[in-house]
Amino acid sequence: METIELKSATEIKSTPVTTITGSEAVLNAMIAEGVETIFGYPGGAIMPIYDALYDYSTRLNHILVRHEQGGIHAAQGFARSSGRTGVVFATSGPGATNLVTGLADAMIDSTPLVCITGQVFAHLLGTDAFQETDVINITTPVTKWNYQVTDASEIPAVLAKAFYIAKSGRPGPVLIDITKNAQIQQFEYSGYTPCTHIRSYRPKPVVRKKYVEEAAKLINEAERPFVIFGQGVILGKAEKEFKAFIEKAGIPAAWTILGLSALPTDHPLNCGMLGMHGNYGPNVLTNECDVLIAVGMRFDDRVTGRLDKYAKQAKVIHLDIDPSEIDKNVKTTVPVWGDCKETLPMLTALVEQKMYPQWLQKFRDCTQKEEEEVIHEELNPTGEILTMGEVINTLNELTNGDAIIVTDVGQHQMVACRYAKFNQSKSNVTSGGLGTMGFALPAAIGAKFGAPERTVVAIIGDGGFQMTIQELGTIMQSNVNVKIIILNNRFLGMVRQWQQLFNERRYSFVDIQSPDFVAVAKGYRIEGQLVSERKDLKNALHEMLTHPGAYLLEVMVGKENNVFPMVPQGCGVSEIRLK
Amino acid sequence: MKQEYTVTVYTENQVGLLNRIAIIFSRRKINIESLNTSPSEIEGIHRFTIVIVETEDVVRKLVRQIEKQVDVLKAYFNTNDQIVWQELALYKVPTDEIAEKVKVERLLREHGARAVVIRKDYTIFETSGHREETDKLISVLEPFGLIEFVRSARVAIIKESAGFHEKLREFEQAEPSEEAMENEYLDKGKDVFVM
Repeated sequence: METIELKSATEIKSTPVTTITGSEAVLNAMIAEGVETIFGYPGGAIMPIYDALYDYSTRLNHILVRHEQGGIHAAQGFARSSGRTGVVFATSGPGATNLVTGLADAMIDSTPLVCITGQVFAHLLGTDAFQETDVINITTPVTKWNYQVTDASEIPAVLAKAFYIAKSGRPGPVLIDITKNAQIQQFEYSGYTPCTHIRSYRPKPVVRKKYVEEAAKLINEAERPFVIFGQGVILGKAEKEFKAFIEKAGIPAAWTILGLSALPTDHPLNCGMLGMHGNYGPNVLTNECDVLIAVGMRFDDRVTGRLDKYAKQAKVIHLDIDPSEIDKNVKTTVPVWGDCKETLPMLTALVEQKMYPQWLQKFRDCTQKEEEEVIHEELNPTGEILTMGEVINTLNELTNGDAIIVTDVGQHQMVACRYAKFNQSKSNVTSGGLGTMGFALPAAIGAKFGAPERTVVAIIGDGGFQMTIQELGTIMQSNVNVKIIILNNRFLGMVRQWQQLFNERRYSFVDIQSPDFVAVAKGYRIEGQLVSERKDLKNALHEMLTHPGAYLLEVMVGKENNVFPMVPQGCGVSEIRLK
Repeated sequence: MKQEYTVTVYTENQVGLLNRIAIIFSRRKINIESLNTSPSEIEGIHRFTIVIVETEDVVRKLVRQIEKQVDVLKAYFNTNDQIVWQELALYKVPTDEIAEKVKVERLLREHGARAVVIRKDYTIFETSGHREETDKLISVLEPFGLIEFVRSARVAIIKESAGFHEKLREFEQAEPSEEAMENEYLDKGKDVFVM
């Protein structure tokens, strides 16, 4: 056996060229990139890095998760609440394959991650060695970039590249697979230089002034302009620029699920949520606007419904940092390539100060209709049984819209996104594109580390909670102060809703049984209670929020409540149903 | 309308990149008709030549997805009339058949072929050209007991291209390239727009 000599940190600083191991180079890179928190799980092929981590534990906070999927979702939550890059460590084989769901989720939701996986010794590659799997090829479709390191001397430059690629342009997950020999290998280390340029990679397309002018002209001539925005505004840190733009142009704006919280809920031009379970007005009026201005969003099918019935009457302006998004789903009249942090101010300067009182009134009329037919009953139910909406509404009263809301996937997610109030950006963490059940609990853990000063509330269904329930262990061990609300309808609710509406109530395998969640939480030494009556709801939520540590609140809600409005699959957005 | 498109991709020479490019097609269930990788006129830069049959709309989207890959410098797509292309084909036939029954000389002349190897037992011919041309020689040789046939992927040169040197210079500059400097707002955001 080779012996591994670990150099102390002071030694690294004092000498310009020194010999260190690949593992130490990995951790030095983390420190140089400003990483403080790493989510991970050790294993055979990543042991040298964990061994080095033992000496770095005062400078790097490693959170031991209960499953690698929990680790990567936590890193996603961290990235989303902090605007920084999330970092995950996992071992080879099963450790690495357990990351795949999270990678796919981060890829489709443009979340910056750097994942480090251990790999078998380079000389064993391709021999079906113990815990060997072809991680690079498995993860190629779900990473922005990935690379296998077999020689320690590559590590500083490769990690610099990894952090640069993950965070720049349209962000995304990067995976670096490091063979065990490279982790152990000593090499001459001459420090860490962050990467600022890769010749084959253009993170931001060049802004074409011509297109900005054309876009401004279209907007100035419009009578019924409509802005729809997505996460691009948040990722581009362009919330202020975006607000300035819509305020000057006076254009009503609606958000995609990932754009939520980029614009405060109570902003007078915020007219609600787009898409399948979005608000009535934004969906119907998409097909009445004359100019549609899409900012940092990608026209997902859950937003557009049937494409051949989507905004056919409108001229479309699309602002996006990723040129491949232009014309991908919706034909653009004017493409404005570039970072919206740059393009929005350019556009703001060229648009006229305007207001569209009649047009805005149409949105208000729609809101009124939706309020009467859907919202009022959801938030102030006349029935005895609690609704998801009133739980969110009561939560709003207590948090004043200052909390980070992390949601899982399903009915509770749609209800939470529809009714939760937000005052500040980066407050909505959810699995939008991939729809990963089990996302919320670990993501909430990460979100808390990403924004420790803020209240983090995870809202999860009884189905999704059981997919990553093991992360209660992480909460226990690392004392993570997250508030967990389980909205329990004793069904896999969203699928049940579809079965009810489209499959003649043939409830096929949606009747899910759950353990006593409060007892499970208690087993992990997490406080909790169950609420099923209206009179107890507010007090229970108050107790949850004021409890000094993690808290689990299980709320029993109506079994067969549906989320409305709804654009049925295969319908146009203006065919949205209110019941 | 679906037709043949030749996609030309300039890339870094990186392990795994072939897969990263190939899955852009396979994910959308698009068949690659022909794929060639080779060096380009610039050292260290690889060139992929990919032939698919698709509509222009689909090809444009595919090329944008390819260009989005970190290790891809540039991707182009062209119709057949915008390129000059060749495929190489090899044919193995029994020498005695050929020598006895066919006038080898005429065969070679008519099909622009040449003999690469002549042995007692077999002869290997080589020809290059468009698919129809190389196909034609198969049907000619089949009656004489064609033993083996193989055709290479398409290689193509874009008629309008001035080569990749110019582009590369831009990529290699860390500072905004000439193209980027055209954008008068880029460095003067504060001066131009006061909010």
